[in-house]
Amino acid sequence: MPSTVATTDVPWLTLLIVWPLVGALVLWLLPRGARAPGATADAEGTVAAGPRRYTRQIALGVALVEVALGVGALLAFDTGAARVHQLSETHAWISQLGVSYAVGVDGVGLALVLLSVVLVPVVILAAWREQGSGALPTERLRHYLALVLVLTAFMVAVFAARDVFLFYVLFEAMLIPVYFMIGAFGGPRRRYAAVKFLLFSLAGGLIMLAGVIALYLQGPGGPQGFLTDNLTGLDLPVGTERWLFLAFFLAFAIKAPMFPVHTWLPDAAEQAPAGTSTLLVGVLDKVGTFGMLTLCLPLFPEASRWAAPVIIALAVVSILYGALLAIGQQDLFRLVAYTSVSHFGFIVLGIFAFTSTSVAGSSFYMVNHGLSTGALFLLVGFLAARRGSARIEDFGGLQKVTPVLAGVFLVTGLSALSLPGLSTFVSEFLVLVGSFGTNRAAAVVATLGVVLAAVYVLWTYQRLFTGPVRGDLAGTRDIGGRERWVVGPLIAIMLVLGFYPAPALRLVDEPAAQTVEHVGGEPPAVEMPIAVDGDSEGSEQ
Amino acid sequence: MTFTVPDIAWAQLTPVLIVLGAAVVGVLVEALVPRRVRRVVQLTLTLVALGGAVVAVAALWNSVADTGGTEVLGGSLLVDGPTLVLWAITAVLALLAVLVIADRTATGEDAFAPQGAAVPGSGYEEAARAAGLEQTEVYPLVLFATGGMLIFPATGDLLTLFVALEVLSLPLYLLTGLSRRRRLLSQEASMKYFLLGSFASALLLFGIALLYGFSGSLRYAEIADAVRTVSGMDGLLLAGSLLVLAGLLFKVGAVPFHSWTPDVYQGAPTPITGFMAACTKVAAFGALVRVFYTVVPDLRWDLEPVMWTVAIATMAVGTVVALVQTDIKRVLAYSSIAHAGFVLTGVVALVQSGITAVLFYLLAYGAATVGAFGIVSLVRERGAVRAGAGAGVGAAARVPALATAGSASAGTGASDGTAASAAAGASAGSTADVVGTGSGADGAADPDGEEPPVEAEGPILGEATHLSQWAGLGRTNPVLATTFALFLLSFAGIPLTAGFTGKFAVFSAAVEGDAWPLAVVGVLASAAAAFFYVRIIVLMFFTSPHGGPRDDADDEARPGAVVVASQGFAVVAIGACAVLTVLLGVLPGPVLDAIAGVAQLLP
Repeated sequence: MPSTVATTDVPWLTLLIVWPLVGALVLWLLPRGARAPGATADAEGTVAAGPRRYTRQIALGVALVEVALGVGALLAFDTGAARVHQLSETHAWISQLGVSYAVGVDGVGLALVLLSVVLVPVVILAAWREQGSGALPTERLRHYLALVLVLTAFMVAVFAARDVFLFYVLFEAMLIPVYFMIGAFGGPRRRYAAVKFLLFSLAGGLIMLAGVIALYLQGPGGPQGFLTDNLTGLDLPVGTERWLFLAFFLAFAIKAPMFPVHTWLPDAAEQAPAGTSTLLVGVLDKVGTFGMLTLCLPLFPEASRWAAPVIIALAVVSILYGALLAIGQQDLFRLVAYTSVSHFGFIVLGIFAFTSTSVAGSSFYMVNHGLSTGALFLLVGFLAARRGSARIEDFGGLQKVTPVLAGVFLVTGLSALSLPGLSTFVSEFLVLVGSFGTNRAAAVVATLGVVLAAVYVLWTYQRLFTGPVRGDLAGTRDIGGRERWVVGPLIAIMLVLGFYPAPALRLVDEPAAQTVEHVGGEPPAVEMPIAVDGDSEGSEQ
Repeated sequence: MTFTVPDIAWAQLTPVLIVLGAAVVGVLVEALVPRRVRRVVQLTLTLVALGGAVVAVAALWNSVADTGGTEVLGGSLLVDGPTLVLWAITAVLALLAVLVIADRTATGEDAFAPQGAAVPGSGYEEAARAAGLEQTEVYPLVLFATGGMLIFPATGDLLTLFVALEVLSLPLYLLTGLSRRRRLLSQEASMKYFLLGSFASALLLFGIALLYGFSGSLRYAEIADAVRTVSGMDGLLLAGSLLVLAGLLFKVGAVPFHSWTPDVYQGAPTPITGFMAACTKVAAFGALVRVFYTVVPDLRWDLEPVMWTVAIATMAVGTVVALVQTDIKRVLAYSSIAHAGFVLTGVVALVQSGITAVLFYLLAYGAATVGAFGIVSLVRERGAVRAGAGAGVGAAARVPALATAGSASAGTGASDGTAASAAAGASAGSTADVVGTGSGADGAADPDGEEPPVEAEGPILGEATHLSQWAGLGRTNPVLATTFALFLLSFAGIPLTAGFTGKFAVFSAAVEGDAWPLAVVGVLASAAAAFFYVRIIVLMFFTSPHGGPRDDADDEARPGAVVVASQGFAVVAIGACAVLTVLLGVLPGPVLDAIAGVAQLLP
């Protein structure tokens, strides 16, 4: 499909990739400067002097400029042709191996790039000055924020990669900053969590590497042999195609994470700082589902159809299993992690139901889940910072002490259970409706997940915020100005997209239809007039 | 038989001539130049010679790229593209390794025994040390070894192959035994290396004899012709090729010929380990590729099962055994075994891209290896402060307490002042000298002796090689630890490092050559190998230096690690290795193109 690439004059994507790297470099190279008068010396550098005092401001500035760049890219993007890879650039990188630096986004890619860049300033703001146990001294915060910026560059690049090798390189390389973000800045069992995270991801990635190599040798080869476009539509032998599909899918399933290879996520989410969990679950794990959508399906259509029944079954198991385990958790971070396993089940279900409605729903779900779960992790982080613990039993009756925090938590929680009016509802509804036509039983069982979601959200809310105020919680601060700025924008986006999802759906609709065409999925049984009449979604039921 | 004087194209030989010539001059320098300036002269000579070799290779490059190479010395040396690439890699890595070797660090001592001939623990040794003697013979020895390494992969003649093997091996045996610290361990390693190495040489020689009996020639090309034409002597041919391959596989450290590697890597002076691990592997793989691609490709179906088994076993054993090591040098040794397995997957692919892949991998691996061992040589442990004895830096006697053979280790600390008399040979730093047990059991070097607690600045001793001593290095020496982490990530094959590009290249070649099961095993081994590299990173960055939770079970107190300042040489070498590692990871295109452009073996 050579015609699906549109080049650009302004290298928006390269700018989006290079800018945060420059920012990270600046942070690392900040001179120590003379000690501020009156500052006390400290081995850990709690009191930074000189330019390093402005670490936070510089990082936030870099992130906000990144958001502006993202908006610029959005404006340069022709939403009328969202199925075409736009803003594309192609340069030879390692021509000997057939590798190009090729970036470009279609609607789904752009939506995820935007999600990434929007979450970054939020996460930086959340790490600003953590109260209580999570507080980082400025000196270490500098390293943390630099890693966040490096990760930003990798996240943007991985969603923009149009070269399978480039995608793989970024897929693996972004493990390293996350590994340090968990291992160096996390909770008491952070080393275990970091190593587990790295080994799971690395194992999946290396299996994918074998697939990447084999796929290249099946393709046309040459200096651009790794371009996704050159590898799409190959007439692969059936057996080969299935093996390759499995190699790729396993890596993505670990990343996503799906039952039964999800066990690293709760540990990582529990031990990582809240901001890291936000990026990890909100964005990084989307690389898994994004890979299924943009690599597995177009590259291996036959094998995707072949494997779909099993994968859908696993997705349904993920939905129910994740939700049930979430209900049973005592640790709030683990709870949110398990809800994500459940939500990823929905996303995978939609992708492998092969209807344009369900695939569009899944694409939109990825963005919404990033916003909703990201906000939940940050709120749990606020709670943990106040209490010094993230265990549910340590809370109770907070609503009377911190009414605003309770309200914000409730809205965010409701977005996790897909309440109509919030953007998550639109996507979950589309996934279920779209799947219903082709996989009736799976869709019906998956709907149970919605009920379970109500249990884990509302019961958690009940235990945290209602009932008599616990004595030791009496003086708890309500949500502060900085914290409002952290979660406010996320909730605003969820509300706006909940009532008026048309712009987002316009981005994901066409790529979804194209993907389904590639796979040769059956026409959707229930055709939703989504793109035309998007704003009526909220009142469908 | 008539003897014709070969027509010698001297110009083609300049890199070899420069290195070996400098080595000979180095011997004369030992004899004639006053001791005061000997080290400076030797070091300058060595660096100039190795640099000159690189320049000479560059000068030859274009003509070889045009003509495809020439036979020199009547076919004894084949100066073709792969030869030039291997020469360049060897010379560059040797240059970097010599910089590490030359570094005396802030302690003012290099890594070598003041007088190699002195019996460990004798008064003679102490006298030599007190007199400030230095083994500057190290430099000509390194040059001789390098010269052998240049000839080894370039030769097209089995007899020259054997001579080159000896020229490169003998200096290495010597160098292995010259460690300043832990001298018994070092001498034991040297002995082991020598015995096993001679055995491998004998195998090689026997194989050469059989192949000569089969073909009536020692030339690769003529043997290859005989393989195609002569029939009825398959037993001779197969036995001969297997023995020759065994001799070469010994040098690369492939399973089942790997057992010398951990002991030798651990016992040798660390800078020598770096030199040996990087350069020997380059030369040996170069020779292996040439033999495998030009002599016995027609035996492919007979040799493939053997080579596949060796490759798989090498990757598996290297990886699995490395998981349980507690000594950093042994970890790196087993990791080098695993890497030998990865390179072998590219060798046995028997496709053209395999040659490029192998050459690139060797460069990537060598750069990280020299750098990593360079860093190990800077991370030292501090002895306890001795009461009564003037424990200035470098004043501590490096003498092992003589343990009875078979005891796990010796070197109990003498913190009570008994070490004041140097001639008495009492050891000052408890862990400085450890007697190997001779069994080569892993962890033999772990001192069991009770340690006096470190109260203040004690004398700086040998390398802190136990993994637990590396805890928290990321906090105390972030730059050094980050660089080491970079090398480890490259070993692990994380994208954007040289190691990844190399791994990708060899696995691609393996898949292309229908050896995809090897690639799959390689990928799985890489995943497992990542664990022990990551474990070291965890130790350095996520663990507190002192008092923090330890990862490993034995929680006995060891002196913490201190990083000694380099004189500058080692820093230059480590920096260059780090830059190479990143560059070959991010922008490998030019190097890959250059190698692929000439990677055509002469028949």
